[in-house]
Amino acid sequence: MNRVAAWVRSVPAAHWLLWPLPVLLLVFYVLPLLGVLAWSVTLPEPGLNNYLQVLTDPSIRDVSWRTAWVCMVVAVAGVALAYLLAYTWLFSGGLMRRLIELGVLLPLWLSVLVRTFGWLIALRRNGIVNTWMQAWGWIEAPLELTRNDLGVLIGMVHFMVPFAFFPLLSAMRRVDDRVLLASRGMGAGAGYTFWRVFLPQTYTGVLGAFIMVVVFAMGFFIVPALLGGGQVLMLAEYIYLQMFQTSNWGLGAALSAVLLIIVALLAGLLVRVTGLGADFKEGDR
Amino acid sequence: MSSYRAGWLSRLMSLPALAFMLLPLAVIVPVSLTSKRYLSMPDGEYSWRHYQALLEEPMWLEGAIQSVLIASFTSVLATVLAMAFALGVWYLRSPLAKVLVGLAMVPLIMPPVVSAMILYFMETRLGAFAPALGYDTVPGVILAHVVLVVPFGVIGMMVALGQLDRRLELASRGLGAGIWRTVFWVLLPNLKGAIAATALLGFALSWEEITVTLFITSVQVNTLPRQIWSGLRDNVDPSVAALSVLLIGLTMLVLLGRAIFSARRAEH
Repeated sequence: MNRVAAWVRSVPAAHWLLWPLPVLLLVFYVLPLLGVLAWSVTLPEPGLNNYLQVLTDPSIRDVSWRTAWVCMVVAVAGVALAYLLAYTWLFSGGLMRRLIELGVLLPLWLSVLVRTFGWLIALRRNGIVNTWMQAWGWIEAPLELTRNDLGVLIGMVHFMVPFAFFPLLSAMRRVDDRVLLASRGMGAGAGYTFWRVFLPQTYTGVLGAFIMVVVFAMGFFIVPALLGGGQVLMLAEYIYLQMFQTSNWGLGAALSAVLLIIVALLAGLLVRVTGLGADFKEGDR
Repeated sequence: MSSYRAGWLSRLMSLPALAFMLLPLAVIVPVSLTSKRYLSMPDGEYSWRHYQALLEEPMWLEGAIQSVLIASFTSVLATVLAMAFALGVWYLRSPLAKVLVGLAMVPLIMPPVVSAMILYFMETRLGAFAPALGYDTVPGVILAHVVLVVPFGVIGMMVALGQLDRRLELASRGLGAGIWRTVFWVLLPNLKGAIAATALLGFALSWEEITVTLFITSVQVNTLPRQIWSGLRDNVDPSVAALSVLLIGLTMLVLLGRAIFSARRAEH
């Protein structure tokens, strides 16, 4: 290291800027995290019983399967919708853009409770969705749309679309549009160009958005609890119930630990898939 | 803007997708104007009674005041901490600093329910020797929200600093200014936009936070989202609809303000 570089870095005072946040997080987040992990092997008695129960308990198995397939469906539908909107936004102008911005940003910034409340109203037995479907002759009698899997799926997809929208959009922006123009110029239609030229170039972005939505959906609590009406128990709500209904803190902590490990694995996969790490390294030159 | 144009099919398909995104927000508006005591579509008769109820029932106003208080403190504290930390990383650029950035991201990747559990543990322990900061207190909620919100601030500030020209800092120090003078007179004025954006995001995230708040409060602290949550779990009161409409309006105003702000900055 030459002397100029040494001078550039000779700012010991910067340590005063660096350290307050890490210390705060260590004391108020990382230590308690270790405490929760300790609960999982000490409550109600020392040992690995809680983890054994996680593996063998039939109701936990049900909850885990439901969580897994709900997350998959939500991720597929949410990413597909977000993809459609991001694609249209990128390649349209004027009014269409403003409309999509409204449809994505407004839900994103709005409280999740308000959004879920809206779905509760829309999906009620005599709500607007049932009324319209009856008026159009699609159904005879009103359908039960909340307090079941369907309601939870609808609410969660709606919640996830804005989160998938932005990573997809940034992946799409990396596609060189001259390639698309060339495809059209050589006689391919818009549909063909989309399927054979555009879409393959965004697969990484799609996979990244997919994993991200799965991660978000797995620990999700509010929407399943409200739209499922207690009938669609998912992992996060199950943990809440273990804590505050049955006071089974050890089991709740063990489930949290398992959830944490799955999320960490998925996050690691996300970094590998999207090369997020590489971006950061480039960024600090 | 790209010179390529999407086909008509994607535009046509986007319309039902947009309807899906906006439907749950739109349905709340008529319900909030019903003249009935229960949740229903108004049948020809409109009334403001549920909006009046928001003002008359003290719980809504108290919840809103508490939420504004918590969100303001959270926003200021998280912004200051994130700003200082990002500056420290920017100055030192050591391998250790990178590890610490990873540490700062931990609350962000944690599933909310696990964060809730961790912070519940923290607040009950802390309450044993500092009751004012512990479980079910306003400062306790602020502390928890700062921890949750701060990673977003760190990301925002690091991105902004990454775009800043390092020679600016070198020039300032080369001309004899110390690090503190450089930070306050050179760096921070150049980061005004990012600081404002971070503070706004911090406020918004704390203002609508519900999962963790549910775990760490019981009777003393009743933030607005908590009131809405109990309103939705028990019998649904149309006041929730009126309140939701107000929140939708508020969110639209914030978005509009942000759009105007960034358009202005783009002009400069």
